[in-house]
Amino acid sequence: MGMKLLLEKAHVEGIRHFEAYRREGGYRSVEKALKEMSPEAIVEEVKKSGLRGRGGAGFPAGMKWSFIAKPEGVPRHLVCNADESEPGTFKDRYLMEFLPHLLLEGLIVSSYALGSHATYIYIRGEYAWIATILETAIAEAKANGMLGNNILGSGFDCEIYVHRGAGAYICGEETALIESLEGKRGNPRIKPPFPAIQGVWMRPTVVNNVETLAAVVPIINMGGEEYAKIGVGKSTGTKLISACGNINKPGVYEIDMTISVEEFIYSDEYCGGIANGKRLKACIPGGSSVPILPANLLLKTAKGETRFMNYESLSDGGFASGSMMGSGGFIVLDEDQCIVKNTYTLARFYRHESCGQCSPCREGTGWMEKILWRLENGEGKETDIDLLWDIQRRIEGNTICPLGDAAAWPVAAAIRHFRDEFEWHVREPQEAKRRNYGLAHYADPIHVPVAG
Amino acid sequence: MHKLLNEQSIPAREYDMVKFSENDLAKVQEIVAHYPDGKQKSALLPVLHLAQDTFGGWLSSETMDYVASLLQIEPIEVYEVATFYSMYHLKPVGKYVFEVCQTGPCMLRGCDDIIQYITQTLGIRAGETTADGLFTLKTVECLGACGYAPMMQLGKYYREHLTKEKVDAIIAECRKTAAEQN
Repeated sequence: MGMKLLLEKAHVEGIRHFEAYRREGGYRSVEKALKEMSPEAIVEEVKKSGLRGRGGAGFPAGMKWSFIAKPEGVPRHLVCNADESEPGTFKDRYLMEFLPHLLLEGLIVSSYALGSHATYIYIRGEYAWIATILETAIAEAKANGMLGNNILGSGFDCEIYVHRGAGAYICGEETALIESLEGKRGNPRIKPPFPAIQGVWMRPTVVNNVETLAAVVPIINMGGEEYAKIGVGKSTGTKLISACGNINKPGVYEIDMTISVEEFIYSDEYCGGIANGKRLKACIPGGSSVPILPANLLLKTAKGETRFMNYESLSDGGFASGSMMGSGGFIVLDEDQCIVKNTYTLARFYRHESCGQCSPCREGTGWMEKILWRLENGEGKETDIDLLWDIQRRIEGNTICPLGDAAAWPVAAAIRHFRDEFEWHVREPQEAKRRNYGLAHYADPIHVPVAG
Repeated sequence: MHKLLNEQSIPAREYDMVKFSENDLAKVQEIVAHYPDGKQKSALLPVLHLAQDTFGGWLSSETMDYVASLLQIEPIEVYEVATFYSMYHLKPVGKYVFEVCQTGPCMLRGCDDIIQYITQTLGIRAGETTADGLFTLKTVECLGACGYAPMMQLGKYYREHLTKEKVDAIIAECRKTAAEQN
């Protein structure tokens, strides 16, 4: 069994409510932090823990906190990014749905560390019932003296508010999220100034992912150094992985980042192997925007070493032969899946979600969607593949926010690793409508087991 | 800037048609109180949700103008937000809106078949509403339920692990609820 720091109590009866959560040892970190520690000491512990942002970018959380400006007389804000929208990712939802008080506990400690007296949870609008769960938990925490004025007699005041978005992937980008919190369209801002200097209402702001803030709880309870001993290298602590696609046991798993990708896919403790006795063809290991890898490069690096479920190993080989940990959205494709079609649905997603501010992204995502549609529907031309490559290259790095990159990378990786499947769609359009390209050579030279 | 709407531009007659109850107005006040003084525009997204839920499931221009007046912002500030976010409906929709996810992970688990089945069963394509005004079918992009695919959103909740049988049951359930309410 892997170590569980976050989800261990997820299925304890009544854990969604304050009483059971407290009985199970909840809110200890609030007591410790507010009674025994200074805000600076908490930032120090988070730095020592090596905790990296769990939303996708993997930036060291303690360092992000240390950037916050503290001008005299200007309020500061912590904002929790619960706008989980990256295809393949549903871990934050799970955490909030089952353990709302764990998130609140992390938010209270983090608010104290950053000096935020009004903290916001920006949750994607579609998670309407989870917003209600969180609001109930907030009321319970307040009734029990964990929120409001003078928390636990410490003199620290804090309120947490839930703010529902309304359907826009882009609002997961922190400056778009801030715009949205101000009641505007989710158009990302040009940085600098960074939110730590001028964020929501031009006040210093830190935006952190749900899982990142929840991880502050075990860090304070066990100490940053102990937390850093879990995992490997710069992948410290545990990571929530949401696994989906053609596997036997889709769901949310907490891993300690020392297990191999092969174990994660085939072990009964995790994904339980590929569904319906099929073979593994490809995988997008960190949410839809990270590069897709064929089975052979997923399970082993280009050097032939075992690939592990952590930040360093998943990105081993760069984009040429590796991918990224990203948000932990682990999407598995079996041998019957069509890479062109999969890439098409993702291109459609990014076209739909582009905010429209930057022309390379606004226009380019639409062009990529159209070209992929015609390739998938037997109307592609030989030149389309190079055209796609050219378009994605011109989007990447040429936009205000990373959505452009996020739209470009899946297309680039699909062509990089599955070019022959694209060519087959052009060469054999009728055949491509009738059947799929199959596993082809994508698992060579390794052996891909059949489940069951 | 924050002057209330020019009364001449919005005839009072239309304006009267949308009005929150005292109870809902108290909710609006509570939402506005979440944000700093003078930053009431921050309440726009939540108040638009409330308005859409209250005034027939969609946002008419009258509704949007009313929200603008409540928050003391210009109507254009509401329009530009309402047109940006996919959850706000700018046209009337059916009593039950089936929002079926069609992004990659749901596609891998067969959402195309589910969409096709709903299309056949209800006789409407994506974006259309049944003649009796009961059902609207929408295809949407990733709703964050990839492990429980195929899925759709129905009102406030998700319906997951969809099969044709489940779709039938959901349709029957909606029809029954609608009949009971009439």
